[in-house]
Amino acid sequence: MLIGLFETLRTHRVPVSLREWLDLMAALDRDFAFADPQEFFHLARTTLVKDERHFDRFERAFAAYFDGVAKIDPTLLAQIPEDWLRQSFQRLLSEEEKAKLQALGGLDKLLEEFRKRLEEQKERHAGGSRWIGTGGTSPFGAGGTNPMGMRVGPNGGGRSAVKVWDQRNYRALDGDADLSPRNFKLALRRLRRFAREGAAEEFDLDATIDATAREAMLDVKFRPERHNAIKVLLLLDIGGSMDDHIKVCEALFGAAKAEFKRLEHFYFHNFIYSSVWRNDSLRMSERIATSDLLRRYNADYKVIFVGDAAMAPYEITHVGGGIDDFGGSEEPGEAWFRRIMAHFRKVVWLNPTPRNQWGYTMSNQMIRELVDEHMYPLTPDGLTEATRWLAK
Amino acid sequence: MKFDGTERYVATNELKLAVNAAIALQRPLLIKGEPGTGKTLLAEEIALALDAPLHTWHIKSTTKAHQGLYEYDAVSRLRDSQLGDPRVADVRHYIKRGKLWQAFDEDRRAVLLIDEIDKADLEFPNDLLHELDRMEFHVYETGETVRAKQRPIIVITSNNEKELPDAFLRRCFFHYIAFPDRPTLQRIVDVHYPGIAQDLAARALDMFFELREVPALKKKPSTSELIDWLKLLLADHIPASALAERDPAKAIPPLYGALIKHEQDVQLLERLAFMHRRAGRG
Ligand SMILES: Nc1ncnc2c1ncn2[C@@H]1O[C@H](COP(=O)(O)OP(=O)(O)OP(=O)(O)O)[C@@H](O)[C@H]1O
Ligand SMILES: [Mg+2]
Repeated sequence: MLIGLFETLRTHRVPVSLREWLDLMAALDRDFAFADPQEFFHLARTTLVKDERHFDRFERAFAAYFDGVAKIDPTLLAQIPEDWLRQSFQRLLSEEEKAKLQALGGLDKLLEEFRKRLEEQKERHAGGSRWIGTGGTSPFGAGGTNPMGMRVGPNGGGRSAVKVWDQRNYRALDGDADLSPRNFKLALRRLRRFAREGAAEEFDLDATIDATAREAMLDVKFRPERHNAIKVLLLLDIGGSMDDHIKVCEALFGAAKAEFKRLEHFYFHNFIYSSVWRNDSLRMSERIATSDLLRRYNADYKVIFVGDAAMAPYEITHVGGGIDDFGGSEEPGEAWFRRIMAHFRKVVWLNPTPRNQWGYTMSNQMIRELVDEHMYPLTPDGLTEATRWLAK
Repeated sequence: MKFDGTERYVATNELKLAVNAAIALQRPLLIKGEPGTGKTLLAEEIALALDAPLHTWHIKSTTKAHQGLYEYDAVSRLRDSQLGDPRVADVRHYIKRGKLWQAFDEDRRAVLLIDEIDKADLEFPNDLLHELDRMEFHVYETGETVRAKQRPIIVITSNNEKELPDAFLRRCFFHYIAFPDRPTLQRIVDVHYPGIAQDLAARALDMFFELREVPALKKKPSTSELIDWLKLLLADHIPASALAERDPAKAIPPLYGALIKHEQDVQLLERLAFMHRRAGRG
């Protein structure tokens, strides 16, 4: 029963486990969300989704599932909420009501009617604020005289069943969304958490006294120092179509700057060659040799590249391939990149283009190989993944 | 017994559903939402509505999971033993019961509120998994096992400062209190101030929602601030006409101190109002 929904949720990347699914089944068994799709929606969300960042995905999955079943084959719809509707009905109706229902053509007739209404409603969807009619003697009217007063959707108060999951109220909370001013805070929180990790240990007086008293002998305790240890070298691709994203990212790290022990940032154009820039104007005079970076910053610095990794393959592989490689260097960008990989212990690449488009550019694949597959999308979730690895 | 909101607490249908499902299926209910949207109050109101004793465990950054079970005051015992106090013989004198133990020990089903769980360190929730699942724990010092007489209703709040571990989340039901829409907020105002003049309430709400829209505010005022602000307006007999200008960027609301707490936000509003006045003159 309803197992299709479970699968749809998984394909929409809502992390649901069997345990939670069984919780939902148990709640349905207890007559929660009885015959009310809207309540069912909320019950499913409360039992299956544990993070508001996944609400948007959940809503889309829910819509896809219910639209899907309604569209493909109306009889499928009967299979899904029907099992559950049917059971609930049988339990709820008095004998007298059941007899009346029989007179009206029985439960099957009613469910068929239900599906028809649903179809009609879909056609009028544009302006429709009601899913199933709530009026007078309709079998679906909430307070109607029909013994089958089946409550589907709004109970008068202007609530709309379908609308609940079509509103996408939680889009801005999705950790998978682009870094925008709206989810900036979320991303910042993740970054700060990262900055605070990896602290050294300090002597813990209270714990030592406690442990010593317990054991009746000296037992020295340590605790993680409150102080930050992480050092970051940020390298930003500037001067292309991704500038807006890069700026957001720069602002993000800027906002978290105080939390890091050190945060240094430089700019490059498309790919890394013999030099980088100190500021985003890309002026000749403001350059610093890449070899100096390697000398100046030790292997502990976490290196974070930010860029779309989209360019012609020769810009990576050929000597003089980079349009901005004025250094007259004898080496291709690739060689410089490998040098960075060899020098620093942790290197990641954050990419503002959505992950599902990465496969389309050759250069993206090449860079992913160069960076040992540590390329992550520039989203709050991507940032979490990246920092999790960096902090290891 | 079902939770259906209370006279003092406005619960949306979704929230009621979440609470009742969590109670029926005996799952901890995790509540998140903007500050001041009634997360903490919810647990209190559930206790009130179900006539259940409430135990509140406030979590701080230094709180450890075992403190919810019990604490063994080894230092006092060591001191007593040096002073030759006979109490030393019985270790139970030095065991201090935590909130979980207190809730387990109630004859009636209790409500246990674990407030602001995200303040504690990352491992904290994981350290409670076993106790929350089995509703029992072991006291090493005395060798006894403490079991819940009645499984308490557990409400957990978080302000999202830290992520909670998956294993912990899988055991909870979850509800996110969305910021109330206008009709809901109107109802909340009505439960707090039943006799409030409707034009005053309406204007105050207009202003409040406008204020939340002012860009770059460090802290948007929330339900609790609105309630405090109305209290001041009522106490000072501020007439609705004093709230004629609904745009907070043009005129700072009277008694704004209850709504805007951040010094920077106050300055922002003052600047906006100043610019507006100057534009009006020029
Ligand atoms: N639904 C509601 N019904 C009635 N009063 C409410 C409601 N929501 C909020 N309030 C008012 O807001 C005040 C603050 O609520 P509460 O302290 O529970 O918020 P909170 O979400 O726990 O905030 P924080 O995240 O800051 O701890 C309450 O004391 C009450 O006056
Ligand atoms: Mg609170």
